[in-house]
Amino acid sequence: MDLFAIDLIVLVTFGGAVNWTVGFLTTVAIFGIVALGLNLQWGYTGVFNFGVVAFFMVGAYTSALLTLPHPDAVMVTPSGAEVTGVLDYAGGFGLPVPVGWLAGMGAAGALALIVGLPTLRLRHDFLAIATIGIAAILRSIANSIEGLVNRSSGLSGIPRFLDELASGEDYRWVLLGIALLMLIVVYLALQRTVDSPWGRVLRAIRENEDTAKAAGKNTVSFRMQSFVLGGMIMGLGGAIFAHRFGAIAPTSFSDLLGTFLIWAMLMVGGSGNNRGALLGALLVGFFWFGTPLIQEDLPDFLGNRVFMIRQLVIGLLIVVFVVARPQGILPERRRVSRFVSDPDSAGGRWASLRARFAGSGPRSSPEA
Amino acid sequence: MKRFGGNPAVDGATFAVEEGTITALIGPNGAGKTTCFHCISGFLRLDGGTIEFAGASIARLSPPAIVRRGLVRTFQIPQELSSMTVLENCMLGAGAQRGERPWEPLFRAKRVACEERAHEAHAREMLRLVTLDELAHERAGNLSGGQKKLLELARALIARPKLVLLDEPAAGVNPTLALQLVDHIRRLQRELSVTFLIIEHNMEVVTRLTDTVVVMSAGRVLTEGAPSAVMADPAVQDAYLGSQYR
Repeated sequence: MDLFAIDLIVLVTFGGAVNWTVGFLTTVAIFGIVALGLNLQWGYTGVFNFGVVAFFMVGAYTSALLTLPHPDAVMVTPSGAEVTGVLDYAGGFGLPVPVGWLAGMGAAGALALIVGLPTLRLRHDFLAIATIGIAAILRSIANSIEGLVNRSSGLSGIPRFLDELASGEDYRWVLLGIALLMLIVVYLALQRTVDSPWGRVLRAIRENEDTAKAAGKNTVSFRMQSFVLGGMIMGLGGAIFAHRFGAIAPTSFSDLLGTFLIWAMLMVGGSGNNRGALLGALLVGFFWFGTPLIQEDLPDFLGNRVFMIRQLVIGLLIVVFVVARPQGILPERRRVSRFVSDPDSAGGRWASLRARFAGSGPRSSPEA
Repeated sequence: MKRFGGNPAVDGATFAVEEGTITALIGPNGAGKTTCFHCISGFLRLDGGTIEFAGASIARLSPPAIVRRGLVRTFQIPQELSSMTVLENCMLGAGAQRGERPWEPLFRAKRVACEERAHEAHAREMLRLVTLDELAHERAGNLSGGQKKLLELARALIARPKLVLLDEPAAGVNPTLALQLVDHIRRLQRELSVTFLIIEHNMEVVTRLTDTVVVMSAGRVLTEGAPSAVMADPAVQDAYLGSQYR
């Protein structure tokens, strides 16, 4: 009992808590970006993607390869020794980090295009099976091809973005700021794009593809647009991820972390609702990254199995939400588009309330 | 011609729909009427034969490409977008929307807003036509079967089509409204010179509405002509109408 109390005090010291929270929020922001990408594909368009981590991985590696110095350049190890030619990779152009991010988005978008061309005409279940293999293929390419991404040892020394703004421990605040800023930019851009006639077609395809076709929409083209844009957003998340940790390897991109955790975030938060995706990222992320913190305080039979149990819970969460609350915590909002007034929207409700108080709205008749 | 397996569903069915007229396609269940619609609208690929619309072949075109040429269809079983509103369902049908390109709402919101207002007004007009304007913000899934049929019609009309294929527009619609619909369709045909090809089992609707009747049976065209002449045809009475029309 005493030990338990002491542990908690260590955990909740101000510095420790701040440290953990900053790192946690940075990670959640990155995963939130990826969840927004998946929400565009699945939540709005109904396109299954069980290969989320593939797009994330391509974004990360592309940005890393473009921004790293040339493999033969002299590098300084953390211990101060000068080494050269330690890592064996292609590229190494030393480009600015934003260029790497844009290229990461582009490469992930190109992957989506290549994967989408043969698969987007397939029925939903076949598409899911087709996408699940992509990540495995990419991981084995990364692991087996000499001189591409340094095989299983991975890349390290990936440059930080804006590291001249702060040094040492303080840099994590810069990281948090960058990740949150990117999240906000992606969120606002997506909201504007989806709450529109374009989004209406995507939702129509999700509901009933035949109706969308009968309404004259080229459904394959719209599914492709959504798949590629979603893939680009996932690629951006991967690129930020690579520069955040500074080191990536094929093992960083597991299906569990990069695909199913994202799916759990979306299913819990509410697919078809960007705010739901972000809420899900926060809640599921808190569970996922928070459980190791309490490992020591749990009884042994649980503590030893924390990592196993949290995997189990992620699977369980997906199943429970799909069965019991498929719309998630924050369900999709029903709205024609931001360009059309709607009595169910907040503005519309106020308007009708005002009308009622002014005496011109519908009233119950005195006889009733 | 269209085969399912070895079974020809439509075989050698040749008929023409005159521009600006209302033509009915009637016949017993399984005669191949809806299959004809699927073929004309591009939802099924032909196994043989041709389909011409406004002087060009459309047999190899995709459904959206056919819609863009002005040929729109409705479904026998309503295919509404159930979690979307009635207004959204209808607005979806409007053709060539600028806002359907992902960058337009992002960078040219004003232009899209202006376009959306026009589409909304047009959609509300179409919904008024089919008496669904009061339900514009209702979820389409909550509509009754008959209302869903009316919504299908509104979604087809908003595309400003030249030719509309209506698959049993009056099925499940109450008789009074069905007759109102007949008047609306007549008016559209007269005022906007929209051409209609209609599958319908309600013979009262057929006789009131149509200029020409094409009778199909077992995948073939049995006969065609003016409604009164067709109904008097003993072959049609045997194959479809039954003896009460004798």
